[in-house]
Amino acid sequence: MANMQNTKTKMSLCDMEKRRTTFEEVALGYTEEEAVQEASRCLNCKNPLCREGCPVAVNIPEFLRLASERRFAEAKKVLSCDNCLASVSGRVCPQENQCEKKCVRAKKGESVAIGRVERFVADYKTEDEEVALPDKSAPRVAVIGSGPAGLTCAGELLLRGYNVTVFEAFHKAGGVLVYGIPEFRLPKAIVERTVEDLKRRGAEFEYNTVIGRTLTLDELFEEGYKAVFIGSGAGLPMFMNIPGEGLVGVYSANEYLTRINLMKAYREDYDTPAPVGKRVAVIGAGNVAMDASRCAIRLGAEEVYIVYRRGREEIPARAEEVEHAEEEGVVFKMLTAPEEILSDDKGHVRALKCSRTELGEPDASGRRRPVKVENSEFELEVDTVIMALGTRPNPLIRSTTENLESDKHGCITTAEDGVTTSRRGVFAGGDAVTGAATVILAMGAGKKAAEKIEEYLKNEA
Amino acid sequence: MYRIVEKEFLNPTVVKIVVDAPRVAKKALPGQFIILKIDEVGERVPFTVADFDRERGYVTVIFQIVGATTERLAELEEGDFLSDFAGPLGQPTEVGQVKRVAVIGGGLGCAIALPQAKALHERGVDVDIIAGFKTRDLVILEKEMTEASTRLILTTDDGSVGRSGLVTQVLKDEVEAGAKYDLVIAIGPVIMMKFVEKLTAELGLPLIVSLNPIMIDGTGMCGGCRVRVGGEIKFACVDGPDFDGHQVDFDELMSRNRTYTECERRAHENHKCKIGRTGN
Repeated sequence: MANMQNTKTKMSLCDMEKRRTTFEEVALGYTEEEAVQEASRCLNCKNPLCREGCPVAVNIPEFLRLASERRFAEAKKVLSCDNCLASVSGRVCPQENQCEKKCVRAKKGESVAIGRVERFVADYKTEDEEVALPDKSAPRVAVIGSGPAGLTCAGELLLRGYNVTVFEAFHKAGGVLVYGIPEFRLPKAIVERTVEDLKRRGAEFEYNTVIGRTLTLDELFEEGYKAVFIGSGAGLPMFMNIPGEGLVGVYSANEYLTRINLMKAYREDYDTPAPVGKRVAVIGAGNVAMDASRCAIRLGAEEVYIVYRRGREEIPARAEEVEHAEEEGVVFKMLTAPEEILSDDKGHVRALKCSRTELGEPDASGRRRPVKVENSEFELEVDTVIMALGTRPNPLIRSTTENLESDKHGCITTAEDGVTTSRRGVFAGGDAVTGAATVILAMGAGKKAAEKIEEYLKNEA
Repeated sequence: MYRIVEKEFLNPTVVKIVVDAPRVAKKALPGQFIILKIDEVGERVPFTVADFDRERGYVTVIFQIVGATTERLAELEEGDFLSDFAGPLGQPTEVGQVKRVAVIGGGLGCAIALPQAKALHERGVDVDIIAGFKTRDLVILEKEMTEASTRLILTTDDGSVGRSGLVTQVLKDEVEAGAKYDLVIAIGPVIMMKFVEKLTAELGLPLIVSLNPIMIDGTGMCGGCRVRVGGEIKFACVDGPDFDGHQVDFDELMSRNRTYTECERRAHENHKCKIGRTGN
């Protein structure tokens, strides 16, 4: 009999004082009891719509059923069949717009907290099973980039018996999972565990290898790789092109977050200097903006603002991130458009000059276009400005690879399947194809690409 | 891991290291740079490739001891390892058809200018290297620069060796004496490049500069290295590090390069403390 409580089982959070001063994980996850209680809310619909809402089509009703029966190890198996990064997606997926949006329970109350149960099940400790390493004579596939798309593709290729080498430009694997998403939202130990698991299953990782520079894509084929997956993400930060962006104290969210997350600038024992501001404005309202604003709080800022030219309704970040940012003291300045960054006499940021906006007719993105209110300028006194406006794909690979088509935004062009590129044997997925999107969509593309690579290699053989 | 196969102090604060990095050595071209990290807790720091040996797979980096990381780097010896060494990064120097070029290096900038001078000289271009230093004891790479040029003109601020005065004065004197340069390449402190720009604009000479802004990843990801060139934002790591000197906003670059001065000072003090502690 299903648990008919109409709201999600609450998840406990880290103590507020700790949240504002350390990088420890904020959402603490369910206990066993809570996981069973929440999993039991699933009605096990005949036609489960939740699964349609999942970019990697996890068998949600089945793992929920097993969890409700306390068969966690089996639930984990079902989950990891379709998702080799479930501990990650359970924490960072925008479930409210995907599986949970389609949940029947949401019609009358709150949906089943699928993401929270997913996290519990994925984190559930089980013994490592013996794995068969890929046959040495099986074709070798090169995966470029070790973010969510690359890691998923590598995992799926290993399952299919191929030899996989992952090439990473940085000194550490994980892509956006290590440089972008902060420790308090996704502990790096979880990413490391995922990478270690892939290594255990036979994947090789080559760090400090910038494809397009250290090696070209063509040289990968010359080195004997039979197929290539490009999961190089969208790492190029955008700026607003307003006056003052060259001042000291203006950062791209990428730089700000990379210093903190990848380089661990917040820790005394690491050498990279931390960008410490007392009054910080973060421009934009996506997940990256929430991450940057919450890092600023933890680094000791007294005032942190989210400055967004649209309204509350239009905020693109996950609901939970917005909630957590507000709880931690981030101030939301909605309907506010930055116009200029003002300097002190030393070339440092002194203030952000903004205008008020109103929402007009919907634009191409379907969201209502912000229109500037005349004579509404005001100055927000800040010493740090972080641009979290989105990112574009890096041009390094496409500019050094012939016959690899891309569109005017720099995104790699693919066939209808979303992963087959204009070059034979070359597949791509994730932000490199779609432009900045979500972890789970990148994982979906990595999985799809592995299927297509298998198809391609079988036809070639 | 990347082994240091050779280490040498070129002057009391300038150090040369040769690193075993075959993949980088195979691809490196003049004008490009690498990013290295000493160990797990280290910073990612960019250094221009000063030389490369494709056959042996070695890459040479020359740096000045200016902060905590370069201090730590200078303490490593032959046989020690760097945890990370990525590259080659950035665009190689592009020089079109030229007959005679003035390559200007200021201090450590000489080490960065050297591969460019060498490449041009090997192409049969007439290369005058104008190398400026504060004083005689700080002169580096004199032999290498002599070999890589038609003519090496040394100058020091105090006149202790070579001519006396700034590199801009030498360039001006040479042009007035009849030297017909098709191009000037200037690499050194930003303030030097700024004044070379002013002079070459007056003289109507094209100018290439190599910039050294703050960087983290070196692949276009952080935007920390952004510089204003011709009014547009460019990333030195992917669009550069070479730029048309007449288009660069040097004042903004100087200001941005001072972002972590205070941090560096504290790290330096802290580093000295740590050395003190191990010494006891």
